[in-house]
Amino acid sequence: MAGLAHKGRPNQLFRNLNSKIALTPMILIALVVFLGGTIWTVVYSFTRSGLLPRLSFVGLDQYERLWSAPRWIISIQNLAIYGILTLIFSLVIGFVLAALMDQKIRFENTFRTIFLYPFALSFIVTGLVWQWILNPEFGVQSIVRSLGWTTFTFDPLYNADIVIYGILIAGLWQGTGLVMCLMLAGLRGIDEDIWKAARVDGIPMWKTYLLIVIPMMRPVFITTLVLIASGIVKVYDLVVAQTSGGPGIASEVPAKYVYDYMFQAQNLGQGFAASTMMLITVAIIIIPWAYLEFGGKKRG
Amino acid sequence: MANVTALNTTAASFDAVAPDVSGPRGRRPRKVLSRRNIILYGLLGLAALYYLLPLYVMMVTSMKGMPEVRLGNIFSPPMEITFEPWAKAWASACTGLNCDGLSRGFWNSVRILLPSVVVSIAVASVSGYALANWRFKGADLFFSILVVGAFIPYQVMIYPIVILLRELGIYGTLTGLVIVHTIFGMPILTLLFRNYFTALPEELFKAARIDGAGFWQIYVRIMLPMALPIFVVAMILQVTGIWNDFLFGVVFTRPDSYPMTVQLNNIVNSVQGVKEYNVNMAATLLTGAVPLIVYFVSGRLFVRGIAAGAVKG
Repeated sequence: MAGLAHKGRPNQLFRNLNSKIALTPMILIALVVFLGGTIWTVVYSFTRSGLLPRLSFVGLDQYERLWSAPRWIISIQNLAIYGILTLIFSLVIGFVLAALMDQKIRFENTFRTIFLYPFALSFIVTGLVWQWILNPEFGVQSIVRSLGWTTFTFDPLYNADIVIYGILIAGLWQGTGLVMCLMLAGLRGIDEDIWKAARVDGIPMWKTYLLIVIPMMRPVFITTLVLIASGIVKVYDLVVAQTSGGPGIASEVPAKYVYDYMFQAQNLGQGFAASTMMLITVAIIIIPWAYLEFGGKKRG
Repeated sequence: MANVTALNTTAASFDAVAPDVSGPRGRRPRKVLSRRNIILYGLLGLAALYYLLPLYVMMVTSMKGMPEVRLGNIFSPPMEITFEPWAKAWASACTGLNCDGLSRGFWNSVRILLPSVVVSIAVASVSGYALANWRFKGADLFFSILVVGAFIPYQVMIYPIVILLRELGIYGTLTGLVIVHTIFGMPILTLLFRNYFTALPEELFKAARIDGAGFWQIYVRIMLPMALPIFVVAMILQVTGIWNDFLFGVVFTRPDSYPMTVQLNNIVNSVQGVKEYNVNMAATLLTGAVPLIVYFVSGRLFVRGIAAGAVKG
């Protein structure tokens, strides 16, 4: 502790010693779990691990098997449909709701509470409620039929072709409130003068939104997009609760594939390979965003 | 048509301060039933219906007897209200492994929740404070790894953690699950606390340093009392997040210590026996009750929490 550096500073190693001790858990978690765990899984995805992790490398074997497994292909297709539609609908619905809420309406808090409460619920709860509402025997289908339209069919959870849309309805119900909140925060950040200027120029409201306000809100949109997208990749409990992946394997998703192969099918290699694919997907979303957000410009 | 909004903005601020001023001030009177209002509130009302519907359906279904559920439709209010499904969901519904209903899962969830919330917030608040006020070289790098790690799908890290916990001899115990929740709560909570402490005036910290207060003293006597609101936000975030967790519960606990969400899913989706929809809906409502209560009580703070915690997928 003796040697004083120039400018009279104490030794670097013992500077802020308490702080270093306090941050030990964070550093350990960052290094061991987040970095180490991720690398470990990626490395073992190139091995022949079955019941137990083993370091006998087989190159891209697991990935070849993965991409030739029908169940994986269906999972990916489902994720693509669910993902693209979730992005579109939640951004559109979320923005429209936020724009409506931004008209200085009465009962704003009441509406906000109503739109956001599903977000507080567990995906399990959401999945089970919608499983019940979409039940063809008692739910929407039977009600429409009892009104006299006897051939009306709406049984997404029992029809392999449209089951993913049934999950989408539930996912949107839970998620759009959050998007609305983020968008509303963005709209409130727009200067009133912009609106006044647009009105003086006689630009209609919808045009002001479309051509002026939305471009101004680009950062909010990008952040929301990244959040929704990284959430979509992880979608798991919703499917488990609502359909258990059925009918057959029609509503399987990648996260469920990972869990089932890791903890039930005793086929670790497949689980590792599938989770690595998930990681790559998230990286494709996150890296450009992080680059735009933090790279390129100096941080003030 | 739309010119009311602009005129109101300046007036609205006056309204808040001085509601009773005589003279031509305040809001310009507007017609309640203008076409714009009908469209506006009509759309909002429709959206509100879509969001409220599932809650309503859960309520009415859980209060019907089974015969009525089979006969009627899911939207009709119960003809005679019964709370038997609730009692059954709580105390005697079967999962295929045991028949003591959700109560077991509820108490497991409580046992998981309390230590997890306390430990994760304690660790993260100290980390956030150290990052904000006692910077040293390299700390920010680890923090960046942590934040980037928040986006990594949990599935990638789960198996190594299973191995770690097994080596430590705590796999399948509640201790293990508390550690897992602490680990995955770290990125967002640390970020939350770091931003909060960074925003506090630096003079406070400097004055305390000059008075000779050390690292822990400043934390306990200055930062803690000042950080109460952010502690509440962190608590809301963690309570809802941990209560609603399914993946970690199913991976890191054994069937007898399953949290409520896992128990619920096992009850509703169990293949044995007759499906009792009213019991299922009561069980679902019971599981959703805790986060809903937190949500309604916390109000605006919850919004702050999720705006900050939206990173958590």
